[in-house]
Amino acid sequence: MNLEIITPEKNVFNGEVDAVILPGKNGQFQVLKDHAPMVSTLKTGDLVYEIGNKKETIKVDGGVLQVLNNKVLVLAEAVI
Amino acid sequence: MASLKEVRNRITSVNSTMQITKAMKMVAAAKLRRAQDRIIQMRPYAKKLNELIAQVSQGTEVGGSSPYTQVREVNNVLIVMVTSDRGLCGAFNSNIIKTALTYINDNYSSQLAKGNVSVLSFGKKGSEAFTRRGIKVDNEFTDIFTRLSFDTAKEAAEKVMAAYAEGLYDEVVVVYNEFKNVATQILKTEKILPLVSDESSDTKTANVDYIFEPSEEEIILELIPKAIKLTIFKAILDSNASEHGARMTAMDKATENGGDLLKALKIEYNRSRQAAITKEILEIVGGAEALKA
Repeated sequence: MNLEIITPEKNVFNGEVDAVILPGKNGQFQVLKDHAPMVSTLKTGDLVYEIGNKKETIKVDGGVLQVLNNKVLVLAEAVI
Repeated sequence: MASLKEVRNRITSVNSTMQITKAMKMVAAAKLRRAQDRIIQMRPYAKKLNELIAQVSQGTEVGGSSPYTQVREVNNVLIVMVTSDRGLCGAFNSNIIKTALTYINDNYSSQLAKGNVSVLSFGKKGSEAFTRRGIKVDNEFTDIFTRLSFDTAKEAAEKVMAAYAEGLYDEVVVVYNEFKNVATQILKTEKILPLVSDESSDTKTANVDYIFEPSEEEIILELIPKAIKLTIFKAILDSNASEHGARMTAMDKATENGGDLLKALKIEYNRSRQAAITKEILEIVGGAEALKA
């Protein structure tokens, strides 16, 4: 599953991941491989992605999320 | 003909001016590259955001409840004008000021007469010009180019949006230079508020059945402010790149003119030097002739 995090100032992350945990507006949720197409909004919080057993955290400041064909796209206004 | 010393002085002064213009051109070129990089960095975000908006709003009459789509009777107008902080960039600033003034006179003359036109100026030059003309200028973000980032652009955009939502302004227009290439800037006037959905967007993407979380309407309400912020950020970045491009061209022209001037001065210098020599020889010969006689 491909994850891409973009802000207006830079491309923060682009790569293959196994799972993403996102700070959704109505609570945290996880996106795994073969997720159905989805559009959602995020609030400020930690975005955690997993590659194998490794977990990485990026703090995003709000944004929108699009899941389509095993591509997760996060449009954040800023990452901290 | 000017004396030798005068011409020599002028040559020195033209030379040092040329050094300055040349250096300024180099600096502008370096800054231009950075400014262009920023535009390129922003593009994927802008592209994806627009795609997303097109997809979400597909087929549905959405965004109607957003405070930014409400069309009101136009009493108060805000002009967001993007100029530069510094001069010596050709007609860059005067063009934008002229465009803004013409636009105000053409569209908002009655509001102007009542003093209901305000200007939010990004960049010192515009603020100075409009203060001189007695138009209300908001200077809070005049120094935006010294701290250029999405954060500051966002701050400015949020302030404008809040003022619009409160009803302080009924229309917001952005006037800026769009960056086309180093030598060309396109003057742009864009109405950003109220936001009208452009029907022309024919980005018909494959009809995917999305899950909307929370709801379509709520997502659109989130996306609209993002789009407005991005428009303002884009205007600032474009204007920034345009400014450096304009300065580069202006300084290049100045250096070229300096070279021409120098050539003319050198000819003049050599002529007067030759004239002095000829005169001296004539004097010596004349003296010798007189002795002989």
